[in-house]
Amino acid sequence: MALTTETHPVPTDHNPLASMPHDTHGGISNPVLGMLLFITSEVMFFGGLFAAYFNLRANAPQWPPINPETNEVFQLAILPFVGPATLLLILSSVTCQVAVWGIRRDDRTAFLRAMAVTVILGIIFLVMQLIDYSLLGSEGLTLSSGSYGTTYYTLTGFHGAHVFGGVVMLSVVLYRGMAGQFSGRHYDAVEAASLYWHFVDVVWILLFSLLYLLPGKTAAT
Amino acid sequence: MATTTLTPAASASRSALYAWLTTTDHKKIGIMYLINSFFFFFFAGILALFVRTELAQPGLQFVTDQTYNELFTMHGTIMIFLFVIPILAGFGNYVVPLQIGAPDMAFPRINALSFWMLPLGGILLLLGFVTGGTAAAGWTGYPPLTEDYPLASTGTGQDLWIVALILIGTSSILGAINFLVTIFKMRAPGMTLFRMPILVWTVIVTSVLVLMATPVITSALIMLFIDRNYGGSFFDPRVGGDPILYQNVFWFYSHPAVYVMILPAMGMVSEILPVFSRKPLFGYKAFIFATAAIGALGFSVWAHHMFTTGAVYLPFFSIMTFLIAVPTGVKMFNWIFTMWRGQLMLKTPILFAIGFLMMFLIGGINGAFSASVPVDFAVHDTYWVVAHLHYVLFGGSVFGIMGGLYYWFPKMTGRMMNETIGKAQFVLMFIGFNMTFFPMHELGLAGMPRRIADYSSTAGWNDLNMVATIGGFTIALSMALLLWNIFISLRSGEPAGDDPWEANTLEWATSSPPPDYNFDRLPEIRSERPLFDLRHGRTAEH
Repeated sequence: MALTTETHPVPTDHNPLASMPHDTHGGISNPVLGMLLFITSEVMFFGGLFAAYFNLRANAPQWPPINPETNEVFQLAILPFVGPATLLLILSSVTCQVAVWGIRRDDRTAFLRAMAVTVILGIIFLVMQLIDYSLLGSEGLTLSSGSYGTTYYTLTGFHGAHVFGGVVMLSVVLYRGMAGQFSGRHYDAVEAASLYWHFVDVVWILLFSLLYLLPGKTAAT
Repeated sequence: MATTTLTPAASASRSALYAWLTTTDHKKIGIMYLINSFFFFFFAGILALFVRTELAQPGLQFVTDQTYNELFTMHGTIMIFLFVIPILAGFGNYVVPLQIGAPDMAFPRINALSFWMLPLGGILLLLGFVTGGTAAAGWTGYPPLTEDYPLASTGTGQDLWIVALILIGTSSILGAINFLVTIFKMRAPGMTLFRMPILVWTVIVTSVLVLMATPVITSALIMLFIDRNYGGSFFDPRVGGDPILYQNVFWFYSHPAVYVMILPAMGMVSEILPVFSRKPLFGYKAFIFATAAIGALGFSVWAHHMFTTGAVYLPFFSIMTFLIAVPTGVKMFNWIFTMWRGQLMLKTPILFAIGFLMMFLIGGINGAFSASVPVDFAVHDTYWVVAHLHYVLFGGSVFGIMGGLYYWFPKMTGRMMNETIGKAQFVLMFIGFNMTFFPMHELGLAGMPRRIADYSSTAGWNDLNMVATIGGFTIALSMALLLWNIFISLRSGEPAGDDPWEANTLEWATSSPPPDYNFDRLPEIRSERPLFDLRHGRTAEH
């Protein structure tokens, strides 16, 4: 039996092409939903690294452990830039949100200004992290100096890579914004990039608490 | 996807190739997924034949120990990461937008990116053959095998393996995001969540698993890479590391990955059985909730792969594993009662679907045995495990994939596949599969360890190994029939028409193959079987 050929024409306002990206019948837009899902996967990625950190920390007799080269306990308090860098990154999240609010009310100047500040703050954070790395390296903490160095550089390094990725993303948004591609009606990419930037910020707050605030443990005597 | 420039007829063939290489059309990308996956399927199948040939008799006849390690490592890695997972994503790519009445995936260019990362990852993986040896530590890549000289696998091939798997994993993650946004945002008017075809539901659950599990293995692989190349100490206990950490992080992905490899196959079987039984799926919602339950429970069972390490809490992981048998049993009832008193049309797709039910049942039952801690201690790392995983992945996934191929081939190409050859392929594959893998249960219980190139001639394993090898070549023969069938069907298969199976779902409401952007018009969608409703005039409100 052949399929009867009677079909009902799709009403024009429900044309299948109308459900292409850019017209999503209200609700969360495709790029923003996609970014939220991508952030979910990033959470799980950092979850794996954090799990490794806690596992190795729990196995170690004391934390931070003793530097085998100098026979002293590793110290992170020496870093001069960690505090300022943390504050700048949090501030950049605020400026990023200011940029989103700006484009939402169609204020392109405010959007561009705040977005430019965000990008600059992100770059400053990266520079500060590099300076910290070189200081730590001169103190003898490297990727290959035991589980402490390995976890420290892996966690902060992958966070730094994500900051770098975020800076690239925001720069593209800034560039497109200067080319006039965003408006109060069309700003999905701005929204998506800002979500990613907030995520990178939150990861840093967790990392900062973990690496610098969480009390160490001393060896059982 | 149509390019904006019109192609002159003179350079038509070159332009056709160019159009395929640069396409963002989900149907073309889906077909490329299938072609790429089948290429790697045959490649890894040949590796398996080498393995079976070596094991046919005791003694080392054909390969060295190291080559043997490379053979089973590459066989497992390619079958899992470059065949089963991507081919299911390929079917999803082709079918899901059609089934929900969408013109394409939500992010067509990211879709193309997801695909092209696969052949790239495959090439990187295979490069090991020319850089002095591939990865050789098994598809699991446990340290210290992967870290410490002179153990199995410390060469460049292992680093290429890591990079390839990260690439393929990223491709999966991007694909999962694309599926979820497509399904949640781009359904046709009237296509509510509980009117979606079952395959779409299984793709949702699969995508959630990929999204949340795959990044975790990425982190494990990155840690392994740091250990191997930059002197890291994640997994080396001499410098504060922990090899069990790798197993935990690895299996946190790799157990959910098992469901990534089986759920879409279950979805395909659930599309085939109702159509060829002329009945709706029995217990549509129960099936959906069972799928979701399998996905959720899948995250709480990973350490049943690690019972013998002594480092995990055995009762918890054992009980959670047993629990998964409950939703799986629900699905078995769904399938059996779908066929019960139906008007079965015994075409090739439903034969493979029934083969799936029988083989997956065996794989499920011997899996439940392995979930029991005392049994697991006895059969851990024996051929019992090899038998179990092949009954699930080959008896389950591959039978489902074959059913899906015979079912959707007419839609993809506009031509039917040959029924006689199809049935012959099914019979050969069914016999060959059981000859190969059923004896492995017995071998495992008799104590034969997996991943060995040689065994004692007095251990009593000789005959069963020979039977398994003969079975392996029988499977190869059935695959030759498949290739022949595809070849002649593409050349001279019967024209399929829009809806050769009188099916239920929207992909059959458009032409075969469908045009760009899929639909000119859609039937009204008032149930999960819009085409059935259309055929029987059930378009009024009920």
